[in-house]
Amino acid sequence: MMDLATFVHSPFWHSPQVWNALYITTSAGVASAVVGVFIVMRGQSFAGHILTDVGATGASASFLVSINAWYGFLSFGLLAGAGMEVLGKRASGRDSATGLVLTFFMGLGALFLFLDTRVSNTADVTMSVLFGSVFTVDPNTTPWLIGTSVAILLLFAALYRPLLTCSIDAEWAQARGIPVRFIGLLFMLAFVVAAEDSALAMGALLSTAFLIGPAAAGVRLSHRMGTAIGVSALLATIAAWLGIGLAYASYNWPPAGRGYPCSFLVAGIIFLEYLLACMTIRWRAHIRGLGGKRCV
Amino acid sequence: MGEAKPVLDVRDVHVHLQRRLVLSGVRFQIQAGEFVGLIGPNGAGKTTLLKTILGLLTPAQGQILMDNRPIRRGNPAIGYVPQKVHLDPDIPLRGRDFVALGLDGVRWGVPLPRRSRRERVQQALASVRALAYADAPVGRLSGGELQRLQIAQALVGEPRLLLVDEPLSNLDIRNTHEVVRLLRYLARERGVAILLVAHDLNPLLSALDKVVYLARGRSMAGRADEVMTSESLSRLYGYPVEVMRVQGRIVVVGSPDVHVVPPDATAYTSLQDWEVTTP
Repeated sequence: MMDLATFVHSPFWHSPQVWNALYITTSAGVASAVVGVFIVMRGQSFAGHILTDVGATGASASFLVSINAWYGFLSFGLLAGAGMEVLGKRASGRDSATGLVLTFFMGLGALFLFLDTRVSNTADVTMSVLFGSVFTVDPNTTPWLIGTSVAILLLFAALYRPLLTCSIDAEWAQARGIPVRFIGLLFMLAFVVAAEDSALAMGALLSTAFLIGPAAAGVRLSHRMGTAIGVSALLATIAAWLGIGLAYASYNWPPAGRGYPCSFLVAGIIFLEYLLACMTIRWRAHIRGLGGKRCV
Repeated sequence: MGEAKPVLDVRDVHVHLQRRLVLSGVRFQIQAGEFVGLIGPNGAGKTTLLKTILGLLTPAQGQILMDNRPIRRGNPAIGYVPQKVHLDPDIPLRGRDFVALGLDGVRWGVPLPRRSRRERVQQALASVRALAYADAPVGRLSGGELQRLQIAQALVGEPRLLLVDEPLSNLDIRNTHEVVRLLRYLARERGVAILLVAHDLNPLLSALDKVVYLARGRSMAGRADEVMTSESLSRLYGYPVEVMRVQGRIVVVGSPDVHVVPPDATAYTSLQDWEVTTP
């Protein structure tokens, strides 16, 4: 068992890459967790996949022109978000069209990744775009990620009530004079940024872990909006820190040498958190059932 | 009619929807404290009319006045109870949070916990007798319970006019009677003008002060015994229909909607709703 002194003085805390990773995952995780509560409520989980899948194409392209991957994620994500907003209602009934457009973009992503390996001669690009490599993210991106996360939190504090009203019933909100379309647009913007921040930290394929996992556990654990958001953000932070800690420690784990990918560990922890949340609910219902009170 | 100043004055309203004339000359008034039923077969334009009163649609001709001023979207004097809200079963809201959105769900920012806010929500919950489940998660409530919360949500802003869209189509007989009784009480005791949309007049018959019957885009308003006659409805439909009274129920024979569209398959419905008789 490691005692406190060795823990505090561990080289873990003195590595700039580790701190960079902590900043990135925490800010992406917390922003996604907050946005996620509304995503879960509005039933838009699938949109998160679309945003990051298209974002991945942008990220693969960014390596070709050697700019920061975050710009690639974000620009293509915004494109996808705008597309969904514009087509919105018309596309909702057309799964096949959505699927085909998405496939086209992912095909484009495959081409870019293929070209990336030709140009830069590194196979790691594919890995880092799709599954993330948080220890090697350009530290210049970090302030942007923290900044966008803070901006998302502020935006949500300002939008809270009308957004909640819109999420429950858009027509009712409109009848009451809420600018539903404008609110929806701002929500989509925050959604895109949170999703692409997560994609940078976790990889395009695993970013949904941050977007959906903590939020899904949060809304099941609490009956109150504020608590659900708080729990969700807390679970995301725990997963980020624990995941990075384990990834750091895993260099000493068998089969020696390379360590385990951080995004795998974070995603695994989020999954465990969700299972724990479900068990807590069942246990709580059981206790209340015995007490003769209303079950959850 | 019209001696007192009406709360809502619908004047010869025509509304187009996708170039089709859906409402062509709807006119009626509602006084404070009046409980009015908006009745008509499916497709008669009931929802269109409701949306027009809410300011979501603009009439091509005619106008709607609320307290003698043209209506506008987002008027806090109008409370609106939509037909159905689709709530995620896990939505992290308690009944009282849901009701509180009716009070200030339009405002920006995060609500501050104020005593007056809490008390108004509490009063609204009490007036629909929903205190027992005020702290339960809304996603897990029954249709009748949610219906009451929706009414409380509309009431908490202290509207002068309450628009209630098809509240009875999702309820069983017992809940139907309770909701009707509650609405009548609110009209009588609080002086709220209520316009309730329904496709079946019968469960409402004894409670309503007035009926606005909508057919083929036009309206006929008055007391139920004035409106629901073969003569006046034939004039409205433009061809002979017959209004019959069978075992205390009013049946319109010959209206285009005689075989009623089966109620929403997901909703629990009483056998009554399946009869051949609707309007």
